[in-house]
Amino acid sequence: MAEATILASGEAIAARRRFRVLRKLLHHRSFMAGFIIVAVMVIAALCAPLTGVDPNQMRVRLRFRPPSEVNWFGTDQFGRDLFTRTLYGAQLSLWIGLAVAVLSGVVGAAIGVLSAQFRRLDSLLMRIMDALMAAPAILLAIGLGAALGPQTHSVIIALAVAYIPRTARIVRASALVTRELEFIEAARVSGASSMRIMFKHLLPNASGPLLVQSTFVFAFAILAEAALSFIGIGPPPPAPSWGNIIAEGRQFAVQSWWIMLFPGFAISLAALGMNLLGDGLRDVLDPRLKVES
Amino acid sequence: MAVPLLEVDDLTVRFRTDAGWMTAVDRVSLAVGEGEALGIVGESGSGKSVTALSILRLHAAATTRMPTGKIHYGGKDLLTLPTREMRQIRGGEIAMIFQDPMSSLNPVLTIADQIGESLRLHQGVDQATARKRAIELLDLVRIPDAARRVDEYPHRLSGGMRQRVMIAIAIACRPKLLIADEPTTALDVTIQAQILDLLRDLQRELGMSVILITHDMGVIAEFARRVMVMYAGRVVETAPVGQMFRRPVHPYTEGLLTAIPKLDVDVRRLPTIAGSIPDPTAVIPGCRYSPRCPQVQESCRRDSPALLPAGPEREARCPPRVAAMAKETVA
Amino acid sequence: MSAALKTDTADAPIIQVRDLVKEFNVTRGRGGPPAILRAVNHISFDIRSGTTLGLVGESGSGKSTTGRLLVGLIPATSGEISLFGETITGADGEAALAKVRSKLQFVFQDPHGSLNPRMRVGDCIAEPIDIAGGWSRKDRADRVSELLETVGLPRAVAERFPHEFSGGQRQRIGIARALALRPDFVVCDEPVSALDVSMQAQIINLLLDLQERLGLSYLFIAHDLAVVRSIATDVAVMYAGALVEQAPKTVLYSAPKHPYTQALLDAVPRPDPDRVRSAALGGEVPSILNPLPGCAFAARCPHVMAVCRQDRPAPRPTGEGHVVACHLY
Repeated sequence: MAEATILASGEAIAARRRFRVLRKLLHHRSFMAGFIIVAVMVIAALCAPLTGVDPNQMRVRLRFRPPSEVNWFGTDQFGRDLFTRTLYGAQLSLWIGLAVAVLSGVVGAAIGVLSAQFRRLDSLLMRIMDALMAAPAILLAIGLGAALGPQTHSVIIALAVAYIPRTARIVRASALVTRELEFIEAARVSGASSMRIMFKHLLPNASGPLLVQSTFVFAFAILAEAALSFIGIGPPPPAPSWGNIIAEGRQFAVQSWWIMLFPGFAISLAALGMNLLGDGLRDVLDPRLKVES
Repeated sequence: MAVPLLEVDDLTVRFRTDAGWMTAVDRVSLAVGEGEALGIVGESGSGKSVTALSILRLHAAATTRMPTGKIHYGGKDLLTLPTREMRQIRGGEIAMIFQDPMSSLNPVLTIADQIGESLRLHQGVDQATARKRAIELLDLVRIPDAARRVDEYPHRLSGGMRQRVMIAIAIACRPKLLIADEPTTALDVTIQAQILDLLRDLQRELGMSVILITHDMGVIAEFARRVMVMYAGRVVETAPVGQMFRRPVHPYTEGLLTAIPKLDVDVRRLPTIAGSIPDPTAVIPGCRYSPRCPQVQESCRRDSPALLPAGPEREARCPPRVAAMAKETVA
Repeated sequence: MSAALKTDTADAPIIQVRDLVKEFNVTRGRGGPPAILRAVNHISFDIRSGTTLGLVGESGSGKSTTGRLLVGLIPATSGEISLFGETITGADGEAALAKVRSKLQFVFQDPHGSLNPRMRVGDCIAEPIDIAGGWSRKDRADRVSELLETVGLPRAVAERFPHEFSGGQRQRIGIARALALRPDFVVCDEPVSALDVSMQAQIINLLLDLQERLGLSYLFIAHDLAVVRSIATDVAVMYAGALVEQAPKTVLYSAPKHPYTQALLDAVPRPDPDRVRSAALGGEVPSILNPLPGCAFAARCPHVMAVCRQDRPAPRPTGEGHVVACHLY
């Protein structure tokens, strides 16, 4: 009798509480707006080959064509189709954003969790992070990018290093809170190793803030890639990254405004999309704002 | 009770949750006489705290629909009173103390500042007078060495002392009614006894009415003169305190009283109430206690029971039990 | 001080605690003078197989610290803890603890904080199994189902997450986890104090049933004397880190000897409107940061004598398994 009642009420509560996060996200306006923007950009990037045009093919006769029915975004100083280049640029820029977000997320999470679990390591790791954080992220990335040379993977490494300290701090803060909860003690009573505590308990419970932070890093990386390319330490030309297209169109900004306009717009849209997505995720996932029902 | 000091009529409070609107307080009525001690007892989700907060309109505006019903106090309806007048009553004529004395005190202000704030706001006294009054008040709530303690910050005080400070702030303007929401729940047993003694003494000295909200039947028995038992947002029973403990009418009250661990006798196995406290958003047809009630009848699951008179000054929301009682009295 | 405290029964105790001390270093702000906080102050007690020792005290009494010391969650400063004949304090403590670890478990107070919200209920319950290792998938799944049944929950809940359950149900899940490796001794740290009254009795009865069926021994830590009475065999009362009184349950509740125990019992509000409680005990629990010499209760004691302020009273047996640390006896 008692068990039946427990089951019945448990069933009722469960039905309403399951997929709570997903349902909240679906009802979150800015999350959905961000999600749609990002999804459209990803699909566009994947569809780039469908234009059937080589993004690097030069046609001198077709230089500086303004947007038209044939060349939707116009052409650049070498007669390359800017619509195609912007789509391929989406591939490269989104790839850099994703790679930086994942790399800084993985390394930052590892450092954060290690600092929280091993208190002796903490002061050493956090002083290194502080030192890295003392320089503005973009300056750090410029320095590293210059040192590593203008290549796509060096851009990724430079930007990831620049953003690891912030991610590490966020994961550490979350893990320090989790560490005080009783389920950690429960695991230790059963003889759990530090590894198990870090990977089964601390890390999964930091996943919300980590995910939110990673979306912001993603947005930052897209903007920073453009900045690095603009000053010539981005992916090497003629690779069509958004930053490269803008950098190349700089000299012709006045007479051929369209060269810079469309990739610039793409950068803003991508950054906006990721930020909206991140804001939505934070509203739903961040425990500081979450009200226990 | 001649003319009650405060009368709540059909108060209903609804909250917005993830799962839609939920009724936290469902047509609750109550009355407190001058100098009376009313106890409201219930478990989590019973709506006892929400009822208290709504009297002072302290519910969260963003997630709460404006409560409906009437709250009569001094010839006015508190639910429709302009905000400015409400602020005058709040902390002035009706004061409130809460469970957690730490988060109720501002950590960066001294005790003198916090007591003085209430006095300056409601009585417009100057700083020096406020300080003098603060010391008197600390003395009144039996804080030793009040003249020195008045300049301390909250973190220097123990939990019991902080609750005393909260009480000092609450009584600073000589309220006619004090609402105490679980005032001793966070405190140790010996400190709880001190605070209950203090509240009772102050009630007598200042002639206040007190509404005491608690989950602890022991605290109710010790402090209240009349009790109101709440379950899942509704009042299930009201009675003078002695009668309720001697002869509970509602099966929930009865179940609760038998399920309490006993301090003075050895019991092999405690009787239990089956099942769990219902999820606040769950819709339960008929009597909300019917899924757990050991004496449930077909009609209980179907018809929403009314609060029925069950003797002088008594009411209970259980038609079968009330009917059985009436038959007994006739026989 | 370390004199063995003999109980009347012939059963050999499975848990023996002698002269246990736990100190914490605390710094007041950065660069402040370091201070020592003695949370547990020379306590000794035994727990016999199949019985429950109720450990009662107010906040800061050191009761929770004692519970954590007993399962090796925190190391002792000095003194001896022996569990099933293994001494887990001292130089070889770690190795000894490893030997008896599977016999020890813990049930926590907070039904919200004691289950990892990111793990399914089944994985929460199986955590001790996963840590121990060496179980086949099928055995593990069968054990989880069996445990859920034992604590009165349907098997299907293994696939759900903790937030889908109420406080009482979560506490059942926590108990199932504690039972996973068939422990002999379970420390229950305030397991019902966060629950509503109507849920408390269910959990207490569950713990009693499990004790009967599985022959468990408990250290049951609580601030609520009535809850302790409903489950304990023996009761020990702590005050400011010291164990002031211990006795079989019936003796302690009917004839408390220590003035603190008496005051504590009197202070509990009873669900009886006709009872008149005597005036509350004045004062507050003293700081354990800079303890004064003498009895910790001296400042509040109605029977205080000159000697109480100078000498710490040693625990003395007074018959019927009663041990009191008070100069009156």
